Amino acid sequence: MTSSTRPAWVEPPNRFVTTIKGILIGLILLVMIYPLAYVILNSFAGPDATTTAGLIPSEWSFSSYSTIFEGGIVLRSLIVSTLITLVGTALSLAVTATLAYGLTKTRQVPGVRAALYLVLLTMIFSAGIIPNYLVVKAFGLLDSYWALIIPVLASAFNVVVMRNFFMQLPRELFEAARMDGAGELSIFIKIVLPLSKAVLAVIGLFYAVSYWNSFFNAMLYLNDSSKWPIQLVLNSYVLQGASMSSMNNTEMYNLPSSQSVQMAVVVMATVPILIVYPFLQKYFTKGVLTGAVKG
Amino acid sequence: MDRAAVVAHPGATPPIRPNPRSSPPSGRMRRLARALRRHKVIYLLLLPGMLYFLAFHYLPLAGVSIAFMDYSPFLGLSGSTWSGLDNFAKLFGDPEFVSTVRNTLIISFLQIAFAFPAPIVLALLLNSLLSERIKRMVQTVVYLPHFLSWVIVIAVWQQVLGGAGALADLFQQLGLGSVNVMANADTFKILLTSQVIWKDVGWGTIIFFAAIASIPPQLYESAAVDGAGSLRRTWHITLPGILPVMVLLLILKLGDVLSVGFEQILLQQPSVGAEAAQVLDTFVYYRGVLGGDWGIGAAAGLLKGAIGTLMIVAANRIARRAGSEGLF
Repeated sequence: MTSSTRPAWVEPPNRFVTTIKGILIGLILLVMIYPLAYVILNSFAGPDATTTAGLIPSEWSFSSYSTIFEGGIVLRSLIVSTLITLVGTALSLAVTATLAYGLTKTRQVPGVRAALYLVLLTMIFSAGIIPNYLVVKAFGLLDSYWALIIPVLASAFNVVVMRNFFMQLPRELFEAARMDGAGELSIFIKIVLPLSKAVLAVIGLFYAVSYWNSFFNAMLYLNDSSKWPIQLVLNSYVLQGASMSSMNNTEMYNLPSSQSVQMAVVVMATVPILIVYPFLQKYFTKGVLTGAVKG
Repeated sequence: MDRAAVVAHPGATPPIRPNPRSSPPSGRMRRLARALRRHKVIYLLLLPGMLYFLAFHYLPLAGVSIAFMDYSPFLGLSGSTWSGLDNFAKLFGDPEFVSTVRNTLIISFLQIAFAFPAPIVLALLLNSLLSERIKRMVQTVVYLPHFLSWVIVIAVWQQVLGGAGALADLFQQLGLGSVNVMANADTFKILLTSQVIWKDVGWGTIIFFAAIASIPPQLYESAAVDGAGSLRRTWHITLPGILPVMVLLLILKLGDVLSVGFEQILLQQPSVGAEAAQVLDTFVYYRGVLGGDWGIGAAAGLLKGAIGTLMIVAANRIARRAGSEGLF
């Protein structure tokens, strides 16, 4: 290996051990990659292709995707999920950043310490499904897209990560700006936010992933299947459609139940995650999150 | 610039504005009004976030009271009558609740026994690789499933292991008959554990990598000089080095012993049936939200939350007594 870094005190690799490790790593990669590769490749199988356990379909075709994009519930749910993700992420970031900045003022502003404890406490308890449902219902959010955003607007964990990041910014900058007559608001907008692009990006990505993946809230709060996001459609069409033949009372079952169409729906739900994954990985392997939490 | 800020930064220049002490003495309300005026911007910045946490994390706590009520959605919280511990009595007399608790505990046990140590083993394996490039490649692959939703993960598994999946095709070609791992109630709990490992084993390694990286390399070096092979170095240096993190995560896991993969199980319950797949959270959903037994559902939810909190406190105390740092 060209990039191997073996300190002088480590014994040279033993051939037997290296072989075992190689086999283990190979097995792990196979188990992780095969299911995803199988679904992605076979979503391009033509309607007449025979399915096999092999990765390469006997006939290539885009017909599954053209079925999806002809319209109907899958396309609509993709649009719904995209809008929820964009609007939700923007709102979540705005609320998280303003709250996190306010919570850095525990020493200067009366009441902020109490507010910080209120936020921290929410990490260790949850009222449960039914009490949350009653609150969403009381606010009149049932069957509204807002029910997918407002009840999960901010997470205490993300607020704490961002607050810790803000706390580490050099204070001299704030003092200097204050001397120049800048108010708190312009310090926040013109100094704090531009210096915090990295943490805003990573927390934004985490919010975006959770909005895109949101499933149970949509199931709980949206009865109207025309408002469903992609994860719910995926569940009804691919999972329940496959295992429960009795569930064909909604309009979405106009879709041909070919297996490659099912796989194409899975792929469409996965693609946005695959697109943002390299950015996500860049940040969390750098330890932005783990480092910030310890601080 | 106010006094508190100067106290907070002893080296800062003295305030230019008049010291608050020189202003006339004022009552509590006036102090509050002055704080509000002076820090108006900060309070406004805090407002949306605090309103959110109060409305969607604290306000629901009031709804917990329906566990002690004969609740009807039409009458609402104020119209429904109190029923004491009736809901809890009904809950314990319900045979489904007993099997629900049993399922929950079995699944939790399987996850603590297999899904919990899996990331530790993987982290140790990856850490023992000499090639950084291979290590990073494996990490890229194993972290990915964490970001996929449970719906996607189960849909993918369905395509591979389900009745019309790749494995079934393979069995058919080999003349072994039909197979549907995804709809087998007997092996369902093992399936759940395997799915949890597949999805989160990579993500779980991150914290252990951080712990391993914080072990001073001199320890390994001197152990090697003393003749300890790589296995003994792992056993005597790496494992004790990551023990505090392991204990911490185990405490958190024990606090969560009654919540096992809600979405994961909810999604698959239709294919294996409630007998194998009813756990506390799904019980609350089916009985309370769908079945309309709001009070019984809320009672089960409250019981779950209370036991979870007790578990975490107890586990923490045991860990501290055993000499570990604990969580709080």
